[in-house]
Amino acid sequence: MENIQTPEIAIETKNLFIFYGSFAAVSEVNMKIEKQKVTAIIGPSGCGKSTLIRAFNRMNDFVPSSYVTGEILLQGQNLYGRDIDPVEVRRKIGMVFQKPNPFPKSIYENIAWGANINGFKGNMDELVEQSLRGAALWDEVKDKLKKSAYELSGGQQQRLCIARTIAIQPEIILMDEPASALDPISTLRIEELMQELKKNYTIIIVTHNMQQAARVSDYTAMMMLEKDGSRSGTVIEFSETKKIFTNPKDKRTEDYVTGRFG
Amino acid sequence: MKQENTIMENQLFRPLDLKKKIRPGESVIQALLFIAGFLSIFITLAIVYELGKEAWLFFGNPDVTFAKFFGTTEWSPGIGKYGIWPLVTSTLITSTIAIFVSLPLGLAVALFLSEYASPKARSALKPILEILAGIPTVVYGYFALLFMTPLLQSIFGKQTVEVYNMASAGLVMGIMILPLISSMSEDALSAVPRALREGAYAMGATKFETSIQVVLPAALSGIGAALIIGISRAVGETMIVAIAAGSGPNFTFNPFKAAETMTGHIARISGGDLSYNSIDYTSLFAIALMLFLVTLILNLISQGIINKFRQRYE
Amino acid sequence: MNPKRDHYPEGEALHYSLNRRYRRASIWQTLFFSALVIAILSLAALLYNVIDGAFGYVAFEYKNDPSEFSAKPLDDLSKQELLDILKANLSSGAFTKLENEKPMDTRSKSVLYTLLLERLIQIDTKQTWSMTDSIFRSAKIKAEVAEKYPEAKLEFRSWLTPVFLTTPMSSKAEFAGVRTAILGSLWMVGIAILFALPIGTGAAIYLQEYASKNFLTRIIQTNINNLAGVPSIVYGMLGLAIFVRALEPFTSGSLFGVTDSNGRTILSAGLTMGTLVLPLIIINAQEAIKSVPDSLRQAAFGVGATRWQTVWHHVLPNALPGILTGSILAVSRAIGETAPLIVVGASTFISIDPDGPFSKFTALPIQIYQWTTRAQSEFHSIAAAAIIVLLILLLTLNATAILLRNRVQRKY
Ligand SMILES: Nc1ncnc2c1ncn2[C@@H]1O[C@H](COP(=O)(O)OP(=O)(O)O)[C@@H](O)[C@H]1O
Ligand SMILES: [Mg+2]
Repeated sequence: MENIQTPEIAIETKNLFIFYGSFAAVSEVNMKIEKQKVTAIIGPSGCGKSTLIRAFNRMNDFVPSSYVTGEILLQGQNLYGRDIDPVEVRRKIGMVFQKPNPFPKSIYENIAWGANINGFKGNMDELVEQSLRGAALWDEVKDKLKKSAYELSGGQQQRLCIARTIAIQPEIILMDEPASALDPISTLRIEELMQELKKNYTIIIVTHNMQQAARVSDYTAMMMLEKDGSRSGTVIEFSETKKIFTNPKDKRTEDYVTGRFG
Repeated sequence: MKQENTIMENQLFRPLDLKKKIRPGESVIQALLFIAGFLSIFITLAIVYELGKEAWLFFGNPDVTFAKFFGTTEWSPGIGKYGIWPLVTSTLITSTIAIFVSLPLGLAVALFLSEYASPKARSALKPILEILAGIPTVVYGYFALLFMTPLLQSIFGKQTVEVYNMASAGLVMGIMILPLISSMSEDALSAVPRALREGAYAMGATKFETSIQVVLPAALSGIGAALIIGISRAVGETMIVAIAAGSGPNFTFNPFKAAETMTGHIARISGGDLSYNSIDYTSLFAIALMLFLVTLILNLISQGIINKFRQRYE
Repeated sequence: MNPKRDHYPEGEALHYSLNRRYRRASIWQTLFFSALVIAILSLAALLYNVIDGAFGYVAFEYKNDPSEFSAKPLDDLSKQELLDILKANLSSGAFTKLENEKPMDTRSKSVLYTLLLERLIQIDTKQTWSMTDSIFRSAKIKAEVAEKYPEAKLEFRSWLTPVFLTTPMSSKAEFAGVRTAILGSLWMVGIAILFALPIGTGAAIYLQEYASKNFLTRIIQTNINNLAGVPSIVYGMLGLAIFVRALEPFTSGSLFGVTDSNGRTILSAGLTMGTLVLPLIIINAQEAIKSVPDSLRQAAFGVGATRWQTVWHHVLPNALPGILTGSILAVSRAIGETAPLIVVGASTFISIDPDGPFSKFTALPIQIYQWTTRAQSEFHSIAAAAIIVLLILLLTLNATAILLRNRVQRKY
């Protein structure tokens, strides 16, 4: 297979449109997302951030009316190609959701489950410990691995969800407002964690919190509803975070990041 | 102009009284409604009192001893045989068969409908289950006696399978309970939040792995509640066993033999000429009281589980 | 931590393991689907079994030769000729009795024909066959009949006929009908609903609109849910103890001067059945009342209405379709219930129409039960015919309920 992409690109969208029925929730997105960097997607609510990020691991497949045109390329393969298995896509591109959603199982099983179904062959105890350490949770739960995950606090649950995602060792981790349901201290820990994680993973994060985007991300994509009144969202500006926050090209971006946006 | 002024003045000087007034009509209505609401409690008390009173007479009979009741295996109060076991074992056997049919089938149907069927297929298939649930049990009795029994006889031989037998009653009872278990289980499955499914899918799980390993365990308590209600229904079901299971207490563990259940016994004896002060009469109430208590406890447990389950995901 | 991706299958191995997972999943999915197929097949088998029983060959002999009464073949007789034959051959007492029940010349031709068969020619049924047997083993059946009952006639008949619906009970299956049973069921259900609907709706109004959320209310609610799960035969025992026995002066009608009955009347049965469906009606009415939007109540209170005015003028009219739907479901439950009726003492054999709440009674499911448990196959055939009548009745009721429900759903 020819490899036309430069090695730094983790995933790329080409002329991507995402529809719910006849309604194009997201229009014409072209992005190249760099490997081992944190890319933030920001924008007002309802502009299609969740829709876009969920397209990256085909979570929108579960909305019966939804479909996609254009391409999302992972190592040259279109995720929406005919012969692509969405299960394999999700195996490679993990996701952390807005509200922590651990399984109603023990802390240990929460991590071991994904590994098991994906045919993990190594030492499970080791994997659980590594993953929990990787999510900065090990010290807090190492004595109660057999306890139900529901006994953890919301912040701990969210880190457990990150741990179970890194346990299956994906290429990319998607996070849809992972800290919006958490208190400030838990939020801070998640943000620190992201800096750690980007050493090994490519991270795409949706946030509506400007400061958070500025703090954690290397690149930022600014999404807005299109001006034509179609209620369709698109990426109006995508570049280094520094540039977005200090020297935006688009007037709307400037208004938004400086808080002048309604 | 002048007239308007007087109206205004009248309104201004109308005495304002905001004190509570007694409205006799409202109070009477409220009292009647309260009585209607309270009547259900009265019904329960009446059941307990009436069944308890006659059962008390039965157990108060010096001839009926604890040792005879639980220690012997023949039931015929008219001639002094007070061993309850034949009625209990046949009730247990028919109910067990029914549960062994309805639980796996009902659960599988629920999984198929809630996890696999398209909304269109679901709305086409569910009415079939509703029809099954709406068929009177006497019709199931006909089906058991005139379809299931001949079917069993043609499979296992007429020597093995008696005309009246617990197996065909139990099997048909299982079909009767299936819609109940499947609809309660389906409710439990679809109450599992979407976030949990998405979490599993995002780990690279297939639909099947998600359904069986994440959704099903999360719905387990609701399915348990369905199971318990199913047992309660099976224990209390009358017509199928009255028609197909046999008409005479018989202490046997062979499901292909005839044996009368507690409910079947009540139906047969009370259907005949029964004099009010006989031991036959009081014994029926003793059996009915046992039935009532068992089903009451099962229903309470099931309801408790459902309430807890509901809280968890709200 | 360094991701060690080597512990997971990659590339070809991943494809292979995924395929294995999919295969297992599809096996299970097939199993789940077969459970549904089994459920559907059971329903089909049940319906087939009933229809199979209600049509088919019957072998019968005439006790008296038809030529004794008429030179023409029976089928060619006109109504007047039938009437003349009956008049000529029945004893005058028997004829007068029939005339008194219903004037003979107002009866239809098919009724007179049946009377001729029943009273004069007198049919003796030898054997009946199911519809399937009659169709696929017709030759064999004919041979069998010719050998076993050389005198007998073989006829393919439907046991479900208009006459079946309009004739009362009879001890001979060929002439039995469900008229008495249908009337009994209707009386019983009517009383049950008259009793349970106002009380049930009142209870629901109390619980939804008046009761504060306290301990007592919770007890009442739990109790109602539990009553809905009490086995129906227990309600039968309650009815036996209270309505049949304790309230006998009332339910037998002796308080009102009726002398010829005991407590085992339609009234007792109706009240028992009303008690049985009461929790059902309450729960459904509560749901209906709950679905009335709160804004409506606030609007009424806002213009100074009292609580009852609000309920009566706004909540109830809007909840009415839902309450009616619930009552229809309760009616179909009551129509199919058998066990409580056995316990409160449905009569096993009556052939006169019930004429009031203090009549003895039988009901459709009771007849089905009676006939199913008879040994002779012709009774199974009329049991099947009665089941078809019952199922059609239930289907009509439920279709009405569904239509009502859909209308409600469209509204909000
Ligand atoms: N499942 C769905 N079906 C139909 N429309 C949807 C669905 N999910 C989201 N939308 C619509 O898509 C648009 C974008 O939503 P979303 O991606 O959730 O925005 P954001 O995450 O930026 O707040 C909104 O107009 C929303 O109403
Ligand atoms: Mg969102």
